[in-house]
Parts: sequence; C-alpha cells; structure tokens
Amino acid sequence: MSRVRLLLGTRKGAFILTADGARRDWAVAGPFFPGWEIFHLKGSPVDPDRIYASQSSSWFGQVIQRSDDGGRSWNVVGNQFSYDGVPGTHQWYDGTPHPWEFKRVWHIEPSLASPDTLYAGVEDAALFQSSDGGQTWQELSGLRKHGTGPAWQPGAGGMCLHSVLLDPSNSQRMFIAISAAGAFRTDDGGESWLPINRGLHSAYIPNPTAEVGHCVHHLAMHPSRPSTLFMQKHWDVMRSDDAGNSWHEISGNLPTDFGFVIDVHAHEPETLYVVPIKSDAEHFPIDGQLRVYRSRSGGNDWEPLTNGLPQSNCYVNVLRDAMAVDSLDSCGVYFGTTGGQVYASADAGDSWSPLVHDLPAVLSVEVQTLP
Amino acid sequence: MTATILVELPSSLCALVGVDREVLVSLSGSPTQRSLLDALEADFPMLRGMIRDYASKKRRPFVRFFACEQDLSHCSPDQLLPKPVAEGREVFMVVGAIAGG
Repeated sequence: MSRVRLLLGTRKGAFILTADGARRDWAVAGPFFPGWEIFHLKGSPVDPDRIYASQSSSWFGQVIQRSDDGGRSWNVVGNQFSYDGVPGTHQWYDGTPHPWEFKRVWHIEPSLASPDTLYAGVEDAALFQSSDGGQTWQELSGLRKHGTGPAWQPGAGGMCLHSVLLDPSNSQRMFIAISAAGAFRTDDGGESWLPINRGLHSAYIPNPTAEVGHCVHHLAMHPSRPSTLFMQKHWDVMRSDDAGNSWHEISGNLPTDFGFVIDVHAHEPETLYVVPIKSDAEHFPIDGQLRVYRSRSGGNDWEPLTNGLPQSNCYVNVLRDAMAVDSLDSCGVYFGTTGGQVYASADAGDSWSPLVHDLPAVLSVEVQTLP
Repeated sequence: MTATILVELPSSLCALVGVDREVLVSLSGSPTQRSLLDALEADFPMLRGMIRDYASKKRRPFVRFFACEQDLSHCSPDQLLPKPVAEGREVFMVVGAIAGG
C-alpha cells in the first residue's frame, strides 16, 4: 500500500508527517533543526529517501542538510554559495544600485535524473547547481548576467528566486521565478536565459508591461504538459500555453486574485488550486474565511472549497511554497499556514481536515508519494 | 608556541557541531581571533560561513565575541587574544547577538 510523507519547513524547524495511503492517521516527527528557519525541504524523485533541507538563520547564515534515510538522520553538506565573478548590483528599495549579497536558500529542486544533482534558488536572486549531493555549489550565472539583472529589485520579502520547475520532457529546459523580477526560461541547461513575462500587467511598477520587474509569487506545471505554466502573481492568476512566451489572465471569478500559492492536480492537468488572499496590504483571507479555490477548467471558473476549513475569524496567510499535491489515485492536496496549521484533503479538495494545529509558521510544504 | 583555547558556542551552533556547550581548540603560533577561528573552522568545517563570511572572513553582523568580561567583537582579528584566554583560563565566547521583540 502506498504511503505519503509530508515535508514541512517552518520558522522554527522542520517536521515530517507520515501516513499510509488512507491518509487518516498521521505520525508527526520533529522538530528537526529546532530554532532555525527551514525555508524548504524536498526529496529526490529518483531516490525518495534522499531529502535536502535549507536551514538558515539571520545570525549564522545558511546550512544545507541532507538525509539519505528518509529524514531519520541528517548531515550538513556544503553551504558556500559564491556568486560567479564580480556580482555587480541590482536595484535597492530606494532605487539605488545595491551589491548582490547571498542571504539564504529559498527553494531546493532535486534533479529528475540524479539524486546527487540539485538546484537551489537563493536570495539575492540567483540559481545554483550542485552535482555532488550538495557538497559544492556553482552558480548558473547566465541567469543573473543575461542583461536585465541590474534592473531587478527586491519585493518586501527580499529578492528571492523561489520557483524552479524542471521540464520532464526536456532536460535542457527549466523555468524559474524571482520576486520582483519575473519569470525566466533556459533551453540550454542554464547557460542562457530568457525573460518570459509577455502578457503580465503589474500596476505597481512604472511600466506595467515591462520585460522585468513583475512580482511573480509562484509557478506551477503539470508534468504531462510542461509547456503549460500557471502563475500566481502578486495580483493576477496567469496561464501560459507556450512555455512562457505569452501569458493570459485566468483569475476569472476569484473573489481576489492576490495570493501566493498555486498548484495543479496530480492527474488532471486542467484542475488548479489557489488560496486567495485579500490584498497586498492585508495578507489574510477575505472575511476571515479560509477558502481554497479550485478550477476544473484550467482557470477562469473557480469554485470555493470550504468543507473542513475555518469559515470565521481566520486571519492566516499561505506562503508561496506551502502547497503540494500527492499522486495517489485520489489526489491529496496539502497546505500550511502562517498560523501553524497544516490542512489536508484526500479527495482533491472536496473536504479538508487539519493534520496539525500549532506548529510554527509554515514556510513550505512538499509531499512524497512512496511505494 | 601552542595554545589550547576553550571556546563556548551558541546553542544553535552546538547543535550543528554536536557538542553541549564548549570545544577545546588547539592552535600554533600567535593566538589571535583570526588564528583561533581558522583552527575552530578546521576542526569543525560545518562552522565555515556561520561565524565569519566565507570570502571576506569578516564577523557576521549578528555574531559577537566576548571574553574576560570584554566585547572583543570590534577588535582587529590579528590582535592577540587576552592572556587568560590564550592560557586556557578564560573562555572565548561566540555569542548570537540579542534580538529584540
């Protein structure tokens, strides 16, 4: 019988939740790395017991942890993230040039082909690659140096590279997104990069249709359709059917199109999930009602999912990496909140229940479907 | 000249290193902040980048060095450590700066 393993990164440590395929009874392990911010954990699709974790602290900086036994034990691997060459400057909040400075790893994306190869999206925005299980890291500097880098600027949360999507049909193609620069694509394994922001409209930047400067919050893709991308932008939910060459809005009847997470059903490439958040100034659900919205038509037509979710006095946020889906026959959907709750649905969103109530603020949620 | 220096680490770094509170660090040559931290990082490579910046070797902004009831954080890294520290009679403390809130 299949099992699922939920990897949770929180403000004060990591937690691992496990259940059998029924997903009714959950065992909670942790906190791992207590007291540290765990921005992200992710397992290798090639070897699910190989898990990487990004552990960081404003005091002591970045640690990368690696487990080779499904999270039971961990070892520190390499934490030297040195930009390639003279890093130059990007825009600071006040519009002045600011030197590129490494701060932390936001997102880890293990390769689809090797458990020893992985990518790290970092703040200040750059993409690093390791080919030795995280021991050493090399910047894929073609992204930062492709030309628009000096015009990038941080969002309120920092200038982070937070989304990394690997194309399962083309090992040379990947997509990344940066707040607040936008989305980018490489077709040559990371050597060269192209901004892919045509069709985005962002009223909060001087030129709303600029080539870069858009605050993309998250990207999602169904592995069976790697040229179709979904985006939760600062405002607006967007879709591209040509690998990011052009985007169109699919916010449709959402009550607000601000939010952070977006994800795709494991077996239905046109079924999407978002969690609408009231606004950029009020990072909580409208009217204190926590609602996941699902579209079964690839966007525009959205239905609220409320069964089991708090429908009064709920003022939490759901951060950009804090939603995931499992690949069991009945797709499981999971998300974590800044209030420390993790909600799960074993029926594709029709009904929800909390798995844990009182964790530290949840930064990231990943799920592994295990044999 | 060889010195054996007692270094107290903050709890977050103790967990990384796998010690309770203190480590003994042996170093040869003049006992300075730089030579002590070089030796500490050689003994515990997982501390590289945690106390000092990898490239510049500057102290991280929220890390402090205390010893003999003095704040040594702003001393030159090449200044000799206080004699009681160099002789192993006083501890060299690596401290995470107090956070407000």
